[in-house]
Amino acid sequence: MSLLLETRGVEVTFPIRGKGDWPWTPPRLLRAVAGVSLTLREGETLGVVGESGSGKSTLARAILGTIPPTGGKVIWQGRDITGLSGEARRAHAKDVQMVFQDPLAALNPRMTVGQIIAEPLRTHHPEISREEARARVQEIMAQVGLLPNLINRYPHEFSGGQCQRIGIARALILRPKLLICDEPVSALDVSVQAQVINLLKEIQGAFGLSIIFIAHDLSVVRHVSDRIAVMYLGRLVEVAAGKRLIAEPWHPYTKALIASIPVPDPAVERVRVKAALTGELPSPLAPPSGCVFRTRCPVARPSCAELVPETRSEGDRMVACPFAPEEIGQLDNAVTVRAGGI
Amino acid sequence: MALALGRKPIGLDIAPVAGRSLWQDARTRFLRNRAATASLVVLVLVGLFAAFGQFLAASPPDYVDFGLLGQVKEQGAPSLTNGHWFGLDEQARDLYARVVQGTRISLMVGIVGALVAVVVGTLYGATSGYVGGRVDNVMMRIVDILKSIPYMFVLILLLMVFGRSIFMLFLGIGMISWLDMARIARGQTLSLKNKEFVEAAVATGVKPLTIILRHIVPNLLGVVVVYATILVPEMIIYESFVSFLGLGVQEPNTSWGALISDGTGTMQYGTIWQLLFPLFFFVVTLFAFFFVGDGLRDALDPKDR
Repeated sequence: MSLLLETRGVEVTFPIRGKGDWPWTPPRLLRAVAGVSLTLREGETLGVVGESGSGKSTLARAILGTIPPTGGKVIWQGRDITGLSGEARRAHAKDVQMVFQDPLAALNPRMTVGQIIAEPLRTHHPEISREEARARVQEIMAQVGLLPNLINRYPHEFSGGQCQRIGIARALILRPKLLICDEPVSALDVSVQAQVINLLKEIQGAFGLSIIFIAHDLSVVRHVSDRIAVMYLGRLVEVAAGKRLIAEPWHPYTKALIASIPVPDPAVERVRVKAALTGELPSPLAPPSGCVFRTRCPVARPSCAELVPETRSEGDRMVACPFAPEEIGQLDNAVTVRAGGI
Repeated sequence: MALALGRKPIGLDIAPVAGRSLWQDARTRFLRNRAATASLVVLVLVGLFAAFGQFLAASPPDYVDFGLLGQVKEQGAPSLTNGHWFGLDEQARDLYARVVQGTRISLMVGIVGALVAVVVGTLYGATSGYVGGRVDNVMMRIVDILKSIPYMFVLILLLMVFGRSIFMLFLGIGMISWLDMARIARGQTLSLKNKEFVEAAVATGVKPLTIILRHIVPNLLGVVVVYATILVPEMIIYESFVSFLGLGVQEPNTSWGALISDGTGTMQYGTIWQLLFPLFFFVVTLFAFFFVGDGLRDALDPKDR
């Protein structure tokens, strides 16, 4: 499979103005994404997990181009698309579409479903006639499991799951090559979550598109992803094939995440020792020195405060922790055992 | 374009069902509000009065009945027999025709003022809020500067320097009416532009101007419409005040403010109807506008749903 997308050390920095600052006070810099290098092949699903505030959504928007990266490069099919603005970015937008977290908020309440789904078509193919656009909207509605005769309805007349289907239909109507799903199921009921995830998998099979699937919940991500990237405070801590990452996590943070997946068996769940992570995500305005995870890491050593951990690659696996898995395992045996129980 | 989605597209042959837009919902809620609906009827009646009232008048508004000049108090009271429904004014002109004309001009001033505010203010505010950053700063400081000039002073100066004309009155009122609207529209836009549907449009590659017109402005309209119904009576009051001072519309034209001014001037001569008739229309119309504004606010309030 050929490479569709590559990010090379992508950084996104936001200037933060304190309340009551003078206009000439230099703003503080918030590094939401700090040097992320990823690859995405055609037809592949890449899961991105991490806590709230780990920079997942910002990374997605940097790839999409709605938030321009302040550093690094985004390479799309061998072409650098980092600096694209205006007309060039809008033309590129045809190939990358996005599905949003809040299904209702992502739909303009004053437009009918038909107008919403047809908007990308009207934007990029203004030559298409009204009747043909309507036919294509109805076709895509049927494909995502919506009754095509609801084309004149308004978003508030639909349930959350149906709204998400509308959002997916809008994202698919231009036949994009990459679909970025930003927590597409976090706002939905569990049963509806399953429907939407199955729909996404079906669509991927039929359209052959690549998906970047963002979630804060590993149990959802591992269902859909070929590979999983784990983010912490704007940095990648581990990237590996989905099954391997779940079965044998290396990074202590990944282990903690896997240990916190609830097990749907009360007997197991009762004896299981709960998540090893304590404390909160440090402020990205003042990240810890050295390894950013050391303040919460169960196996942190004094040396972690001094050296920024280099990323080690083994095959298609990448870990940002200087210790060998055996070393981490010895120090933190309990976590590994717990994780193995899933 | 048949796709192997494992599912047969169903329902392609069923006729589309109609949806209920937020506007339709709002209309239902508005009509359920009795005071607002009654006020709307009153406004329609006042509008009809302004548009077609002159056909029922005994004489044109500028026709002076010289036979009655000087004995308005004795002969000019409202009467059904001589056709002067509202009586005569101090110059022995038919007060009914004068009120029709005054209503027409006052409503026009109110509606033009509100219209300028809606069109200019909304687009200005939405653009400023959507573009943001330095552009927003400059655009809003311009509004601040215009707002800090005492408008009444400017309006009076304008009427003094360029002569008293309806056009100058419209210009002066139009110039100040959109400032508050621009601020309101900008505030709403700031909260709207961070909504995901706007982001979706940006991500799809829709052009900024199209986003403002297609996604921002329709969602602003609820607030804008409510504010516009409050703005109409405000504009009428401005104009009436200026006319009351003797600077507004010029004879033989008239407006509610000018008529009320004339009426107060002659009220101690026993011709109280010259004050009461224009005052009645003035008060009733303003009340109706405020009730309609209230009803619209309740009907369009998104928290209600």
